[in-house]
Amino acid sequence: MKFDIILAGVGGQGVLSVSAIIASSAMKEGLAVKQSEVHGMSQRGGAVLANLRLSDRPIASDLIPRGSASLILSMEPLESLRYLEFLSADGTVITATNPVANIADYPPVDEVLAHIRGLPRALTIDAESLARKAGSARATNMVMVGAASPLLPVPFETLEHFVQTVFAGKGAKVVEINLKALHAGRAAASE
Amino acid sequence: MSEMVLLGDEAVALAAVHAGLTAAYGYPGTPSTEILEYLIRHGRTHGGPRAEWCANEKTAYEAALGVSYAGRRTMVTMKHVGLNVAADPFMNSALVTVNGGLVVAVADDPGMHSSQNEQDSRVFADFARVVCLEPASHQEAYDMTREAFDISERFHTPVMIRLVTRLAHSRGIVTVGEARAENPPHRDLHSSEWVLLPGNARRQWRALLDRFDDIRAYVAASRFNTVEGGAEGGFGVITTGLARNYFVENLDELPSRPAHLHVGAYPYPAAAIRAFVAPLTRVLLLEEGYPYIERALRGIVPPAHLDIQGRESGEVPPDGELNPDIVRAALGLPARTGVVVPGLSLPNRPPQLCAGCPHGDSFHSITAVLSAFPDAIVTADIGCSTLGALPPYNAIDTCVCMGASVGMAKGAADAGYHPVVAVIGDSTFLHSGVTPLMDAVAADTPMTLIILDNKTVAMTGGQPTLRSSSELEAVVRGLGVPPAHLHVVEAHPRRMAENREILRREVNHRGLSVVIGVRECIETAKRTKQEKTAAAARE
Repeated sequence: MKFDIILAGVGGQGVLSVSAIIASSAMKEGLAVKQSEVHGMSQRGGAVLANLRLSDRPIASDLIPRGSASLILSMEPLESLRYLEFLSADGTVITATNPVANIADYPPVDEVLAHIRGLPRALTIDAESLARKAGSARATNMVMVGAASPLLPVPFETLEHFVQTVFAGKGAKVVEINLKALHAGRAAASE
Repeated sequence: MSEMVLLGDEAVALAAVHAGLTAAYGYPGTPSTEILEYLIRHGRTHGGPRAEWCANEKTAYEAALGVSYAGRRTMVTMKHVGLNVAADPFMNSALVTVNGGLVVAVADDPGMHSSQNEQDSRVFADFARVVCLEPASHQEAYDMTREAFDISERFHTPVMIRLVTRLAHSRGIVTVGEARAENPPHRDLHSSEWVLLPGNARRQWRALLDRFDDIRAYVAASRFNTVEGGAEGGFGVITTGLARNYFVENLDELPSRPAHLHVGAYPYPAAAIRAFVAPLTRVLLLEEGYPYIERALRGIVPPAHLDIQGRESGEVPPDGELNPDIVRAALGLPARTGVVVPGLSLPNRPPQLCAGCPHGDSFHSITAVLSAFPDAIVTADIGCSTLGALPPYNAIDTCVCMGASVGMAKGAADAGYHPVVAVIGDSTFLHSGVTPLMDAVAADTPMTLIILDNKTVAMTGGQPTLRSSSELEAVVRGLGVPPAHLHVVEAHPRRMAENREILRREVNHRGLSVVIGVRECIETAKRTKQEKTAAAARE
């Protein structure tokens, strides 16, 4: 079993937290994990990419080869299309629909969404409004972890456990909001 | 023995602790920053070892030298271009008789994700004649760093650990060993071994060259240099660093397994390389970085019966970082394709100043004031202030290296331009801007220096600056900047009109002026607030 994930978004959207939660969960399940992150300049509002590789065998490369990713999980619609060359023929794109239009030449969002929905396997999630309902727009990234959870090779309970662990330092209220967001994302993906 | 999940940078840091580290120093720089950040956190929670940010890489290196002189183990961390700043102590430290283990952890940035160049530190290690170990996995990052301290003390030489971005910032599993105790302070040295007067330096240099054969033999036998497979088919592959992983990633698809030599320890094992290529007719070099071994192998007179393939012959691109697909192509495997959407073209999303960043307001003011001077020059610097180059600001003309804004402004003014404005962040100013400002003071250069004081090292994640914001004015005044032309302003939109008026006046002044614009980085301010809220929530 091999499950390569491209995690995409814009600096500040919490891509690295998503990566950390899925990676920790996979390790707890005994899978080999390699998790490559981008720190530094692109975290300043630029395109952010993390490579997360899960396997039941040792993993050689930290970077995902082209045409190999089982999943592109994106916090932002335009960014979900940026790394399609890495998606395998039977891979899935799951993206939040809310644009981060911090560039002058951002295309009309309907066009972007139409491209995404035209892909063989794609799921668009109105993650921001689900996160708001859960208690905070900042939990958008956890909605997306929930939306991806039916595809991930780890039990949902393990993801829940690490959402609790990661946010524990921020107080019980923050943990509760993020768990709600996780469940809301999972429910939305199952609709 | 226990297993831990660590960034490559963190594996280096923890290995240093387990190797008996007494003190570590560094200056933040992507992708090296997390080494010292880990050590600082570890120091707080465990009461040691000492780990401190320094003014720049040179001062950090010199502090480490002092620890080594005193017989204790020490590490200094920096990004590749930081080693240029520390080049003076680095080169000379190869000539002293290193006492306590001295490890230089340098993180290179092939592909220039967050850098001005992609120089390969293996070449620098060669230049200085120091041992260099290059990990290709998290476990090697840990094991090599531990061993680096032993090699350093055994051969009385500094040892470099060369990391690259993709290992520094990738997480993996590391099995860690038992911690070793720190060295007690001791210095049973001849004083001549650390006093590099010409007479001593000549003796020390010769002593280094004399023991270099021993070093070469020891390193050549290292378990980090490995050979696998036979030479059937006459084809072999030499990998260095992360190229090994990309090679292995593609191995299953190759019709037959080529002979494979991996080099992880330098000076490179020349005899082993000669023996490896002897039965081959074709060898492919896959190096994450410069074609360093490739150039040595090719030489001025390339071997007649060996086809040497790599970055210099076009099988591998001459620049940039490697990845599984580039290596795949170099191995002759067909390209893999992902999903293609016809007609889709995406705009780039470059990094930019955060919404509400104080630098943004400052850049708008600078361009507004300078719009009256079509010939104005704005020299800028490394860090978030570099982002003034991008739309919507398009506010700067140059960005070369740490501190260059100040010296370049002086040069441009000397060359006859006016007005010339230098823009630099507070931490970059303290790193490398103070000394060129002294030059400008001495000459009363007609230029205006704007220090964007956001009270933090912002680009690398908000490390503290060495001197607080309130002390910056005294530092500048102490250099001799005329008080009448030294202004500290609040870089806030509500002060825009008066700030622009001050800037307009100083830009017109035919002498040196300095304007310090103060406002905390919004990311740092936000984080401080969040931490307070979280602390309150826990109570």
